[in-house]
Amino acid sequence: MTGGGALRFAPRLTLALMAGPVVAGLAGTLLPALDGGFARLWGWPGLTGAVWLSVVTGAGATVIAVAITLLIVAALQGGRLFTLITRLLSPLLAVPHAAAALGLAFVIAPSGWVARVISPWPSGWTEPPDALILNDPAGLSLIAGLVVKEVPFLLLMVLAALPQADAPRRLMLTASLGYGRVAGWMLAVLPAVWPQIRLPVYAVLAYAMTAVDMALILGPTLPPTLSAQVVLWMMHPDLGYRAPAAAGALLQLALVLGALAACRGAEIGVARAGRSLAASGQRGGALDAALRPLAGLSGLLVVGLVAGGMAGLAVWSVAGLWRFPDALPETLTLQTWARAAPGLVQAAGMTLGLALLSTGAALALTLACLEAEARFALRPGSRVLWLLYLPLIIPQVAFLPGLAVLGVLSGLSGGAWAVAAAHLVFVLPYVFLSLGPPWRAWDGRIALAGAALGASPQRIFWRLRLPMLLRPVLTAAAVGLAVSIGQYLPTILIGAGRIVTLTTEAVALSSGGNRRIIGTYAMLQVVLPALGFALALAVPALVFRHRRGMRGGA
Amino acid sequence: MTGLALDCLTVRRGAEVIVALDATVAPGEVLTIMGPSGSGKSTALAAMLGTLGGDFTLSGRLLLDGRDVTGLPTRARGIGLLFQDDVLFPHLSVGGNLGFALPAAIRGRAARQAAIDAALVRADLAGFAGRDPATLSGGQRARVALMRTLLAQPKALLLDEPFARLDTELRERIRSFVFDRIRFERLPAVLVTHDVEDARAAGGPVVDPQGRKVTV
Repeated sequence: MTGGGALRFAPRLTLALMAGPVVAGLAGTLLPALDGGFARLWGWPGLTGAVWLSVVTGAGATVIAVAITLLIVAALQGGRLFTLITRLLSPLLAVPHAAAALGLAFVIAPSGWVARVISPWPSGWTEPPDALILNDPAGLSLIAGLVVKEVPFLLLMVLAALPQADAPRRLMLTASLGYGRVAGWMLAVLPAVWPQIRLPVYAVLAYAMTAVDMALILGPTLPPTLSAQVVLWMMHPDLGYRAPAAAGALLQLALVLGALAACRGAEIGVARAGRSLAASGQRGGALDAALRPLAGLSGLLVVGLVAGGMAGLAVWSVAGLWRFPDALPETLTLQTWARAAPGLVQAAGMTLGLALLSTGAALALTLACLEAEARFALRPGSRVLWLLYLPLIIPQVAFLPGLAVLGVLSGLSGGAWAVAAAHLVFVLPYVFLSLGPPWRAWDGRIALAGAALGASPQRIFWRLRLPMLLRPVLTAAAVGLAVSIGQYLPTILIGAGRIVTLTTEAVALSSGGNRRIIGTYAMLQVVLPALGFALALAVPALVFRHRRGMRGGA
Repeated sequence: MTGLALDCLTVRRGAEVIVALDATVAPGEVLTIMGPSGSGKSTALAAMLGTLGGDFTLSGRLLLDGRDVTGLPTRARGIGLLFQDDVLFPHLSVGGNLGFALPAAIRGRAARQAAIDAALVRADLAGFAGRDPATLSGGQRARVALMRTLLAQPKALLLDEPFARLDTELRERIRSFVFDRIRFERLPAVLVTHDVEDARAAGGPVVDPQGRKVTV
């Protein structure tokens, strides 16, 4: 925070750092794709299947996740079950995608916990059933994995949107008019909530259609989803496969844009249907009896699958002998951890280094932007919000291959710095979205009081605003760390497979089937971000333990 | 020439004149600007602090001890401010709040601590330096806020309804504490209020935001 001159350019620099790689990467993807890439892509026999899988798993998971989220809020908000579900789900948000997928695999696999609990009685199985549950060709377990990972995120977004939706009064009004709870919420509150969660929903849709780490762990293999195939081609030792990979990446982008357009169309359709339903005067009172248990069940199922998966990872990592169909291992041992320790320490060190670098840079840029906004009375328009979401909506797999190729050409690729810079593209939006609202909500009279006491803008920033906002700053940092720790695609593509993190290693190990080793890597992958969030809670509580005015609030 | 001079200080929004003040406030004197809410009081305050929004146009001058401060940022004006609430910094101790205001020219840990302790004694709050502001009573907080403002060694004071949030009995005590200190420190002060009692207690001239004399 030196001269005001440099600060003034912070917003433009930040947007360039975020949008620049996206645009450059798309351009870098276009060239090899046009250079014979499409011809080879069209010639690939698995294309139809891969395209179909991407669309079905992505759209299916998004529709189910949105439906479960809205149902939970509409049917249960204000009740004890709702408090329980949201309390249990919010920490699960920090679980990286790969770890969530591996945990789910441990629960639903033929030799997983569900099969063990129902064996030998009542299933009668004495050995794992010969069923293709994981990597099923229809992509059902991939859909399940995407749903359990996205519901906590969407729920948090809806909860953040509710205060501006005037929900309590609208619900009281619809109830007094005789509307059922769910019907009243969907007809009167959802229209105010939806515009605020639209971009998060688009991000979920784009992510679900293109997730590579989850697709490699849970998704079908012959053919895999389109984005998984693009990455397999990108990582192929024969550089000739880069061309169809680039073409596939562009096709994937077209699919996502098409799906987003279809989603927009569906929104309009649903809104129209909602208006005519509202005009019909149907009260929907009878729906509640069925929908409330359904909401509770699906919420608890999501919690159970993720939490059960985490527990599964932990137990496998310390399991000694564990025969089917025993529900728990016969012996516990730290041998796996001891054996994996050298690799774990190295991968964890790289993971943390990348996370700290990218989060540190993201935090500095975000603070500079927000401070410039406050000092020069800038008013960011809604277009800036769209730009923030750009790296979250344009699929990673569409522009990272191009960025990787550009990186090779410019000689920047393959190093940890380049990977950290690639992480920054995805960390920055989340840090900004997390810190922006509390930063802007800070009581401006504090700054006025400081200025009237003769304090310079720098002094107000460092001595008043930053310390008072310590809690949201640390929370944003924890969010940034969690995002970086979970990154798979930028790490392998920009790192050219040479940068090994807990996430890349967990995904690489997943095909091998050594559950004990997988357990250690995935556990550590869960523990690191959780530690970040724990520190973000503990440090302000400790620093301000004698400041009652700093508790509870921002 | 000492004191605070509002030299044809006028604020317009478009063609509408919101504030028109022309007055001189002598050291130790309190000029009261009185009017109901929406009458332009807070605009007058913003004009004197230098925090007017972009849709206002300001003309005239604000002179402090003969120095034109009209174009200066808030922090460089030497005008102290007391808010409706105390606006103590919640993350700092009582002593930390006072230390924030104390000019950096007072050097050395011991000297700064002595200045803070002396201010607390003047406010009848000896030994409160280590306290959390959130644990103070309303009257104690109001006195800390005034001492914080005075420690910055302002050359004039603005009072933005500083007694409005206090209950009746406390209000009279804090009011006389504030006005006594203003007279003692010989500071020109401008009080913005909608309360007739405040205006009477201030004892100085009373005008509305457009500069018309108000009888109390």
